[in-house]
Amino acid sequence: MRAMPTIATSPDTDSELRWADVHAAPEPERRAQVAAALRGVLPAHCVLAREEDTRPYECDGLSAFRQLPLVVVLPEDEAQVRAVLRVCRQHDVPVVARGAGTSLSGGSMPHANGVVLSLAKLNRILTVDPVSRTARVQPGVRNLAISEASAPHGLYYAPDPSSQIACSIGGNVAENSGGVHCLKYGLTVHNVLAVRGLTIDGEVVELGNAALDAPGLDLLAVSIGSEGMLVVVTEVLVRLVPKPQVARVVMASFDDVAKAGDAVAAIIAAGIIPAGLEMMDKKASRAVEPFVKAGYDLDAEAILLAESDGTPEEVAEEIEHMQQVLRAAGATALVVSSSEAERLRMWSGRKNAFPAAGRISPDYYCMDGTIPRKNLGKMLTAIAQMEDKYALRCMNVFHAGDGNLHPLILFDANEPGEWERADRFGADILELCVELGGTVTGEHGVGIEKINSMCVQFSPAERNAFFAVKRAFDPPGLLNPGKVIPTLARCAEYGKMHVRCGQVAFPELERF
Amino acid sequence: MPVEALTTGGVAAIRDAVRAAAADSRPLRLRGGGTKDFYGEPPQDSLDVLDLRGCAGIVSHEPTELVVTARCGTSLAELEAELARHRQFLPFEPPHLGEAATVGGMVAAGLSGPRRASAGAVRDYVLGAVLMSGDGELLHFGGQVMKNVAGYDVSRLLAGSLGILGPIVQVSLKVLPLPAAEATLRLRCDLRDALTYLNAWGGQPLPISASAYHDGELSLRLSGARAAVEAAMDRLASTHGAEPLGDGRAAAFWTSLREQTAPFFAGDAPLWRLSLPSNAAPVALSGPQLVEWGGALRWLRTEADPQAVRRAATEAGGTASLYFDPRAGSGRFHPLSAANLELHRRLKRELDPQGLFNPGRMYPGL
Repeated sequence: MRAMPTIATSPDTDSELRWADVHAAPEPERRAQVAAALRGVLPAHCVLAREEDTRPYECDGLSAFRQLPLVVVLPEDEAQVRAVLRVCRQHDVPVVARGAGTSLSGGSMPHANGVVLSLAKLNRILTVDPVSRTARVQPGVRNLAISEASAPHGLYYAPDPSSQIACSIGGNVAENSGGVHCLKYGLTVHNVLAVRGLTIDGEVVELGNAALDAPGLDLLAVSIGSEGMLVVVTEVLVRLVPKPQVARVVMASFDDVAKAGDAVAAIIAAGIIPAGLEMMDKKASRAVEPFVKAGYDLDAEAILLAESDGTPEEVAEEIEHMQQVLRAAGATALVVSSSEAERLRMWSGRKNAFPAAGRISPDYYCMDGTIPRKNLGKMLTAIAQMEDKYALRCMNVFHAGDGNLHPLILFDANEPGEWERADRFGADILELCVELGGTVTGEHGVGIEKINSMCVQFSPAERNAFFAVKRAFDPPGLLNPGKVIPTLARCAEYGKMHVRCGQVAFPELERF
Repeated sequence: MPVEALTTGGVAAIRDAVRAAAADSRPLRLRGGGTKDFYGEPPQDSLDVLDLRGCAGIVSHEPTELVVTARCGTSLAELEAELARHRQFLPFEPPHLGEAATVGGMVAAGLSGPRRASAGAVRDYVLGAVLMSGDGELLHFGGQVMKNVAGYDVSRLLAGSLGILGPIVQVSLKVLPLPAAEATLRLRCDLRDALTYLNAWGGQPLPISASAYHDGELSLRLSGARAAVEAAMDRLASTHGAEPLGDGRAAAFWTSLREQTAPFFAGDAPLWRLSLPSNAAPVALSGPQLVEWGGALRWLRTEADPQAVRRAATEAGGTASLYFDPRAGSGRFHPLSAANLELHRRLKRELDPQGLFNPGRMYPGL
């Protein structure tokens, strides 16, 4: 008989972080014991165990979820990281790796009985090689710092998440981060050649290499986006690409959101892959305009930003082509950036949508689903109905080129019940994403935030397969436990069924 | 317009075969059209063959979503013809290596063609996959959207898995529009100069979509906006004396590389695939070489000792796999480090606990 992965061999529910546990206090005795063991292998200033010192690590970019860790460690090199992992393995202590802490899904939220392993001090750019067009960097290096270091060679690192001035490349690897240019230039997984990491046993593993093919299974691909649950990254080899000589953007206004969605499809159908293709609805453009003064058309129901980059010749050709397509698709106004300053101003609103939401509302909750673009109209109509249902406002910004939607639900955490309503509002949006053939997270990760929504997207057998992958890399289940993959028990408690795109795949198979 | 499933069926047959094999603890050799039987460890004749071609058909193709979904047994030629009708293509230019090539086999083999260095590999275009587990369950990973980070990226792990984790029953792939313009240029130089040029051009905004060096001749393919291709042609003509090759001859040339029908690939001498950093110096081993992917792929025909070939590749910062060798014998892929091999063993054990699928096809004992 085959040994089936069952609930018994999955991480048990006791070790799982529950919503109710968010205020669990670390046990003082355990803390003293673990801190002492860690001080045995690290310089004293690299171990934080007093509550006031660990407090800054209690949450990441998703501040609604907080948890004090047992201990925070800040090792200074790979050998120290390995020593930390060996201590944690020996003492059976969970390890939550952390980069810059900009996760929007609670991916680096601490574990009450665990260690936060900050990689912030591993922040050196080891090499920038303009000939092979690669950079070897430590995980704590900021995303933008790689492009800055490569700029003298006319090169840059393409993925550009909105948080790129702060977020670290190690975090980008953990989350498979995207950015506004990923339709043309790809995600982290498309721009990382190799990762050096440590297993929970402190073994060094090299995944991928400096060439384009690596033998064996593509362990690099499965590690990227694994949210710190498979390996701890200590070095990243990234691909650098030539900086485009010119970039220009077309801003198009539409009197109807569905028309804007159709215009996106028309651009793709015309054989164009814009460098960036973003949409904002009227609520979003009205919220950001007073903040950034980008010159947005405030009467438009939707604004589309379509960027072209490359050589001056190809940009001129593509901008002309996009204008024709947008006009034919019913754009009510078109503006083309005539200078770099104007281009940046047009983007500033989109890039500042989150702070703008913070300006008009005490709190906001950013969602991150992806849907096939054709369903955009349906999704926005449904969100409008949900606004009524939950009596909360929602503004929408959208990576239109790749179907990644970021509804920003506005609420006031000080008003009783508003956070709970925002939370349910968000879960409804994610569930609809799955029904419409999409996913509960496009780029922010599951973390702790969307763990319940995973019950909707994946069947029990699929979640067991994820646990199987987890066990292969991390047999004791100590790396970021309780994140990303919900247990059967948790899904039963959540009480929502697995749905699959509102249709049955493989209809010829009988169901049991 | 979405294309309805052209044929259905076959999934139930696969499941029945898998369950029967599991019940009898009888491992299976998974097979599509058999065009890549030569690749990897020699298949074991003693295994029952599970022919996956019955599960075929394009499930959906939505050109404006840039996604196509097809069952594993779908003919690769049929898939590409469907894309071509909408002026789209698979940018990684997978080699068919025969008319019988299937979509599932293409993903399982994970081989990419001439455009690899500029456009990416098979795994870069896999958006989702359906895997059948050893107990006949269908496991959906990824999806049909460009950005998806829900759960581990198992679908990309399946690209190049050679079936050792189970039958890939269905895949969703990102597709792209065909380039507006293409042109091929040629110039004569030695290998050292060719590698220098290719690495320098790679850092410049030139639309080079493929390159090949063999026997003193460097071929370059430019793809993109018409204006960009024309500007690059003018530039490379004036700086390096590169001469255009007629469209018909150019297409035939790149096809002969992609399909490995060029004279270089003929014959029975062992054919090695050295995957190196693009700027690695020319490999000092006897035998003819053909260089692709901007210098990152070095084909080598040599009777040299396998250990010597592997050592040369390792010293250059890469790996060497024995791609084709008509003589039986194992040890095709570059050996893994101990830690990496251990991860492979555990993954195999966790995802295929009974060892049902393509045992030994990637590495002996795996």
